[in-house]
Amino acid sequence: MFKHELIEKNATLLLVGSLIVVTIGGIVEIAPLFYLNSTIEKVAGMRPYTPLELKGREIYMREGCYNCHSQMIRPLRDEVERYGHYSLAAESMYDHPFQWGSKRTGPDLARVGGRYSDEWHVAHLTDPEALVPETVMPEYGFLSENELDYKLIEDTLKTNRLVGVPYTDAQISNAKMDLETQAELDGDNLDGFKERYKKASARDWDNNPNRISEMDALVAYLQMLGTLVDFDLYDANANRR
Amino acid sequence: MIDYESFRQFADSWGLLYLTVVFVIVVLFVFRPGSKKTYDELSRLPLKDDDHVQ
Amino acid sequence: MSIYSIAFLAFMALCGLVGAAFAVDSVFAFHSWLTVALSLGFLFWGIKNYTTEPADQSRYLDSVVRWGIIATIAWGLVGFLVGIIIATELAFPEVNLFRQMNFGRLRPLHTSAVIFAFGGNALIASSFYVVQRTTGARLALGNLAWFVFWGYQFFILLAASGYVLGVTQAKEYAEPEWYADIWLTIVWVAYLLVFLGTLYKRKEPHIFVANWFYLSFIVTVAMLHIVNNLNLPVSWFGTQSYPLFAGVQGALTQWWYGHNAVGFFLTAAFLGIMYYFVPKRANRPIYSYRLSIVHFWSLIFLYIWAGPHHLQYTALPDWAQTLGMVFSIMLWMPSWGGMINGLMTLQGAWDKIRTDPIIRMFVLSLAFYGMGTFEGPLMAIKEVNSLSHYTDWTIGHVHSAALGWNGMVTFAMVYYIVPKLWGKKEIYSLKWVGWHFWLATIGIVFYISAMWVSGIMQGVMWKSYNAAGFLEYSFAETVAAMFPYYLIRTLGGLLFFLGACLMAYNVYRTIVMTKEEESNIETVPA
Repeated sequence: MFKHELIEKNATLLLVGSLIVVTIGGIVEIAPLFYLNSTIEKVAGMRPYTPLELKGREIYMREGCYNCHSQMIRPLRDEVERYGHYSLAAESMYDHPFQWGSKRTGPDLARVGGRYSDEWHVAHLTDPEALVPETVMPEYGFLSENELDYKLIEDTLKTNRLVGVPYTDAQISNAKMDLETQAELDGDNLDGFKERYKKASARDWDNNPNRISEMDALVAYLQMLGTLVDFDLYDANANRR
Repeated sequence: MIDYESFRQFADSWGLLYLTVVFVIVVLFVFRPGSKKTYDELSRLPLKDDDHVQ
Repeated sequence: MSIYSIAFLAFMALCGLVGAAFAVDSVFAFHSWLTVALSLGFLFWGIKNYTTEPADQSRYLDSVVRWGIIATIAWGLVGFLVGIIIATELAFPEVNLFRQMNFGRLRPLHTSAVIFAFGGNALIASSFYVVQRTTGARLALGNLAWFVFWGYQFFILLAASGYVLGVTQAKEYAEPEWYADIWLTIVWVAYLLVFLGTLYKRKEPHIFVANWFYLSFIVTVAMLHIVNNLNLPVSWFGTQSYPLFAGVQGALTQWWYGHNAVGFFLTAAFLGIMYYFVPKRANRPIYSYRLSIVHFWSLIFLYIWAGPHHLQYTALPDWAQTLGMVFSIMLWMPSWGGMINGLMTLQGAWDKIRTDPIIRMFVLSLAFYGMGTFEGPLMAIKEVNSLSHYTDWTIGHVHSAALGWNGMVTFAMVYYIVPKLWGKKEIYSLKWVGWHFWLATIGIVFYISAMWVSGIMQGVMWKSYNAAGFLEYSFAETVAAMFPYYLIRTLGGLLFFLGACLMAYNVYRTIVMTKEEESNIETVPA
């Protein structure tokens, strides 16, 4: 007969017992997310990040923006009116890792793309207080002075493909050129770039045509946030969660 | 497809049963005959001499 | 130092050299050189102190515990200080002086320093102390405990220097990059081996319940850490990596990890501290050993499910949100069962709350534990969460539990353990312990009341509509409204920090106390 005393006296049993108990909860909760329709649905318009946006996202993470800005609009009246359509699971399907955040010291950024001009973003990142007097955001002017380091961009896309982002061979082999095209250092490639990344825009983001700075990448990333899905076409009832 | 209703139904029935059974087993075992003496001793274990290896 | 340790250090130095030679970014190169320098430093020290003589098995291995307690205090001071700096930054953004000091880089430093450096060292040190005393056996596996201690400090160093230099996985409480994660996994397995090995060679027939809590903490944290950090580096010689999971799967995995870091790191393991040190200090047996077992199984059973309450109303499926909410509410019961068990242990010694400031700290920590575990389930309810989420209320909740429960129980444990470890009859000044108690308590009250007000106000302002049916406040207006509360919060943190400074000095005076001083110090009336 099973005896609790056995556990009290046997360290291995205690170890295995606790491990089983804690594993069950995790498996039951997490595993279904990998096959439930609402969490793996593909929504029209979603595409992997362009190389420049991906680098911008790395800077967003490096500077710890997620500590103060969420990227997850909840289906609550005030949030939808303040920030736009509530966030879909599909909109962060290529986010390794997700950047939903947990605190809004600053506003949600899930749909900040296209809301302000590039100039506004550069000026705001450089001196937030000049544009928003109440702000408590640090200054990020140094991003304009930092040359963007993208020598590993091909490997970065390859790594993303290995973890499940569907980058094509063409996207990977043209990664460096696409990055430069999107920051307007290389104009000849524009058609190919637009072909590879729908709805992507190529321009000089930080108003300094001489080089590709970290500011270019970050602004390119911010300006595409939440712009991919066309909500006039989205059918919310197709995959109810 | 697994939807909210079927998950809730499963949790309401089998999930609840599973948790209750586990809880009852734990409670029954701590009240098993003879446990009182062991537990009385164990609850005093921290009070033993703590400067020397036994 | 044994021949194995020397071989291992030489191997680490070699790894560092290879890493430095092929590094693709400057921080990876820096961390590689750091590995080389530290490995060589330890190597030379080890060769100088080379010995094949086995350690005296008739004594407990306490030197590693002593170092652990000092590391706990030192990292605690760092963590609290960084907390004050970032609190000030939120009130006065000019304090974001340069990029390494920006809020976004310092906040992970603060959270990791207090949870993993301060809390982690307290847990490792206290678990080594408790497992030896409750098994009657010396720590197993020779000097592996020393590897656990130094390896853990090295992990903290890698993580902390990485944050300020801009290396992060950008997942809360799991920010260290892939190579630091691998290193921590190695250290953690060594920790498990030492702990388990000591349990195997115990002289007592039963495994004392505090060790159950410690063991479940060690094994669960190992599982959480590995699963949540399944990352693929862009280059094996670079800092950047990409996690296996994305979006909604990544979010749930992260909060399954994050919540159980609270559940097993900050709760189960600290309950291990409670179940040994409260009876010990009060000189009373555990109130109900039966309850402690029911407490253990129900706690670890329920905690693991509660993670999704961090994702209420997000793109996570509804059933998972509801599941998280229900289990969070059920958690209230075992939590309060544990609190009652701790408090009732003072049965027959209630007068000690008045006469012994260390007991008073234990009692207050349990009261805060009870408060935090009541507030948590409340905030997990979807309707409450729709207001509280994304606001300072969450920050207030975390700090009432972290400062009140984890902080206070650790301070009390330190005050108890330091005289024991350094062979003194009592801490240098019990009066200062009393001062520390009030500084910390008032600090916490300032902090959490400010965050309650600002959090609820923020939530309500975001949801306010004017008569015409438009949102009443712009986001910037809600930021401006927070200012006075951020000042009060900073003041609260400052008081808490001052208390910790007093503790550090008190501990220092205890360690260097002379025989003559010792005969004059105040003790608790028996």
